[in-house]
Amino acid sequence: MIVDGVTKASFDELVEIETNDGERRLGKVLEVGSGKAVVQVFEGTTGLAITGTRVKFLGKTMVMPVSQELLGRVFDGLGRPNDGLPDPVADKFLDVNGEPMNPQSREYPTSFIQTGVSVIDGMLTLVRGQKLPIFSGSGMSHNILAAQIARQATVVGTNEDFAVVFAAIGVQYSEAQYFKRSLEESGALKRSVLFVNLADDPAIERIITPRVALTVAEYLAFDLGMHVLAILTDMTNYAEALREISAAREEVPGRKGYPGYLYTDLANNYERAGRIKGKNGSVTQMPILSMPADDITHPIPDLTGYITEGQVVLGRDLFRKGIYPPVNVMMSLSRLMKDGVGEGKTRSDHMEVGNQLYDAYSRAQEVRALAEIVGKAGLTGVDLKYLDAGDSFETHFLKQSPDENRNLDETLSRAWDILATLPEGELTKIKDKHIQQYYKGNK
Amino acid sequence: MVAKGRIVWVSGPAVKADGMSSVKMYETVEVGDSKLIGEVIRLTGDVAFIQVYESTSGLKPGEDVSGTGQPLSVLLGPGIIGRIYDGIQRPLDDIAEKSGAFIGRGITTTPVDMKKKYTFTPSVKKGDTILGGSILGAVEETPLLTHKILVPPNYPEATITEIVKEGEYDLEHIIGQASSKNGDKIELKMYHKWPVRKPRPYLERFDPTVPLVTGQRIIDTYFPIAKGGTGAIPGGFGTGKTVTLHQIAKWADSKVVVYIGCGERGNEMTEVLVEFPHLIDPRSQRPLMERTVLVANTSNMPVAAREASIYTGVTMAEYYRDMGYDVVLVADSTSRWAEALREMSGRLEEMPAEEGYPSYLASRLAEFYERAGRIRALGSPDRSGSVTLVGAVSPSGADFTEPVTTHTIRFIKTFWALDTRLAYSRHYPSINWMQSYSGYLEDISKWWKENVSPDWYDLRAESYHILQREDTLKEIVRLLGPEALPDEEKLVLEVARMLKIGILQQNSFDKVDTYCGPAKQLKLVRLMVMFYKEAQKALKEGKSLADIRALPIITTLLKAKFEVTDEEISKLEEIEKQLSDSFKGNIEEVKVSV
Ligand SMILES: Nc1ncnc2c1ncn2[C@@H]1O[C@H](COP(=O)(O)OP(=O)(O)OP(=O)(O)O)[C@@H](O)[C@H]1O
Ligand SMILES: [Mg+2]
Repeated sequence: MIVDGVTKASFDELVEIETNDGERRLGKVLEVGSGKAVVQVFEGTTGLAITGTRVKFLGKTMVMPVSQELLGRVFDGLGRPNDGLPDPVADKFLDVNGEPMNPQSREYPTSFIQTGVSVIDGMLTLVRGQKLPIFSGSGMSHNILAAQIARQATVVGTNEDFAVVFAAIGVQYSEAQYFKRSLEESGALKRSVLFVNLADDPAIERIITPRVALTVAEYLAFDLGMHVLAILTDMTNYAEALREISAAREEVPGRKGYPGYLYTDLANNYERAGRIKGKNGSVTQMPILSMPADDITHPIPDLTGYITEGQVVLGRDLFRKGIYPPVNVMMSLSRLMKDGVGEGKTRSDHMEVGNQLYDAYSRAQEVRALAEIVGKAGLTGVDLKYLDAGDSFETHFLKQSPDENRNLDETLSRAWDILATLPEGELTKIKDKHIQQYYKGNK
Repeated sequence: MVAKGRIVWVSGPAVKADGMSSVKMYETVEVGDSKLIGEVIRLTGDVAFIQVYESTSGLKPGEDVSGTGQPLSVLLGPGIIGRIYDGIQRPLDDIAEKSGAFIGRGITTTPVDMKKKYTFTPSVKKGDTILGGSILGAVEETPLLTHKILVPPNYPEATITEIVKEGEYDLEHIIGQASSKNGDKIELKMYHKWPVRKPRPYLERFDPTVPLVTGQRIIDTYFPIAKGGTGAIPGGFGTGKTVTLHQIAKWADSKVVVYIGCGERGNEMTEVLVEFPHLIDPRSQRPLMERTVLVANTSNMPVAAREASIYTGVTMAEYYRDMGYDVVLVADSTSRWAEALREMSGRLEEMPAEEGYPSYLASRLAEFYERAGRIRALGSPDRSGSVTLVGAVSPSGADFTEPVTTHTIRFIKTFWALDTRLAYSRHYPSINWMQSYSGYLEDISKWWKENVSPDWYDLRAESYHILQREDTLKEIVRLLGPEALPDEEKLVLEVARMLKIGILQQNSFDKVDTYCGPAKQLKLVRLMVMFYKEAQKALKEGKSLADIRALPIITTLLKAKFEVTDEEISKLEEIEKQLSDSFKGNIEEVKVSV
């Protein structure tokens, strides 16, 4: 929307729009000059007439009222209550865009979060303050996995529970409902804040949803000292809303019609995670996105992977095989694992065991491909062992039930079970002293 | 006369102001009531297009813009090392002090502490002739670095009329005076400023002949980079660009390291800040932070300052080069810098070339990489220094045919191609040994021959040949299975596997494996080649491949990289002996241990 006769508007300013029939909408200034302002209307421009629509520049950027009272509440995609309860009393008003965290003030994340999910704890360790997305595809079990993590996540040796900030971005009603119910049943709802923009809510509103959610997450973490797990689903819908605005403004597009600044824009959301020196709380982010056509090179997962600290990728093959969680470990990665595990944090063999499992499973996949050509009969001794190790990795380690909470010792012990099926000489990623301590197979 | 104009238009980091006819291109300006820092990037009539280095949220048409008369510059003097700066040389710790854990706007700082006193020791005396670039004396900037005080490169020839005695002075103190040929009086201080977009001059350029030793086997042995050379490391997300650059910054045998985090993660900068003060330089036994300077403009910081960060970094690198030092600059990631260019270009509604990038992308990349080199510095005494430039490239969709990668390849000589498939199978560093190359191999082989071993070049070639053969054989195996190959070729596969695990793979997070000195690199390669030859011989003599594969020495060889440290390299001689014993007599009977 372009507004004429503007004298005092400033860039990024919040705008209130009143339609002919008295309806109020919110927007913000995208560009201003020569008496004109380009305004983005969050609720969409349907029903706005050229004449008669009035615009008020509010002289401030968009803010979110925050306080402890937000816990247990449900808001819409713009941060307005939609649970029928009154507006919470605000402790302060925070700019939803946030400000970049000074790298000098960051505290490097190192505390291991036990999720109770073997594949994550053993091979893709999550640490407090990390941003670790789930890359999924339509119909796969990302919601079940995220909900399981939200329910089970603990930092071993502390009693502090995670507060959950959940942002539904253009998802179906049933998906949002699933999360709410899961939080309710585990008793976590009272330490959660939900933001819901559904598939049939205005698309432009989605630009704001993660921002209000992360503003609240930062407040809970750095003002109230809580450990926050922020789940944003589905960032693909967010990026599509961004593309819509960019196309409407006739900007020069980057790849696949997405704006050239998609990377920067996503980073402005994803970088709102971490810890701060001298403060107690933390924001751990778990964005969920569906890869269009399961394609990891699509701009949305691609740029996300370039920003986040790893990714958990769900695989269609495993999903079809009925394995939950269907995590494709080869494509998945946790970059902060190295800092969250090991002597004094988890166990001194943790990293090496994780690496060896990757290696073994990767060899198993190669052997599987080979077996397709030459048949199982054409395989030699050690190759056969890898074939078995691959199968038992999937059934004994990867696979678990959505309500099964395994502690780290159990996870690592299952890992050593799998390594025990391989000859000792194959364990080239593990130091001799750990082999002596834990290896259960034949020498 | 300084320009004074008014804002007429704002869109993100791009601002137009009129009434700016007296401003110059690339002049630094103060924008708006909160005096945000910006730079003029285009002039049309009296309208200036300005890129603003801070968030423009809340900026209004009608607010003032005033010129400073100065191009965007950095301050060069003692106090830079050990600091972390944003893209326009503002210290992040000072910003934190002023605005807390989140970065505020309109903050003014000085790049270094102007009040700090340093012990200056002059090396010139009254009556000496100085030129632009001459050394006046030195101060100890850190225990690892003697900072040479330089005459600004653009100063004329002059005669020293006064110079202070050895003693403690701060940066604003006039340490000397000189008079030029036409009688102009020149005042000399311990710092000067230099515009970031203008390469610092030098006398002449040399061919790079000395390798930059990084302690990374696949780099040093197979695809080396020379001091003063250029290299690029492209790869999809999570393939190991940042880890490799961190490794270079940690272990490269250069005097100074400039690390630029350009549009990347905040935590990665924090990691360097946390880790480097505790990491000990293997050569000097001092903390690595004492030779490192960081420029951090993370992905969520203002995009225009991201564009500037590269120039800020390389100008500081050239300054230390001019003191006669070897400097290595790593930039992570040049793609984010290119995207910043694209974003500004889009806002200015310039005609885009490929994928929305401006048509001048290639020339900007060329200009940047041209600032690398081994040079003879200006002024006296005679000295040479180098700047080595290494840039990460983050191609969208890991597709190396995209514009930033294809243009970068034209301007660099060492190419480390990261391979997503290798990263998926946890082969780290996932540098693809078939796609990568080094244009310095011949130039630096003399150094290896003289300093490490005469057979370096041959061992490298022999071992690389095994990898090449494996690459061809792999195709056959993929179609027919390994049993289709004769034993001699199966042996090639086996030894290639050993080379991959035992040499090419290197774990940056393992205490021992993180650094592998040249001597150890060479020994490990020699052991592998020896194994291959012994095994070939054994096969010819009728031994079975199965027996060879079952030799315990193989595991020993594969683990030597992390079980044997650089200091106890003699243990590799023992392994060598075990290796030859393994092939003597009945192979099964030999027991091996380290
Ligand atoms: N040499 C290595 N040794 C051990 N692990 C490595 C090595 N190189 C890379 N890795 C692993 O790969 C992960 C990703 O590496 P890195 O962060 O360098 O990727 P990147 O190419 O910089 O990705 P992005 O483009 O997203 O920044 C690391 O966190 C680490 O787990
Ligand atoms: Mg990186």
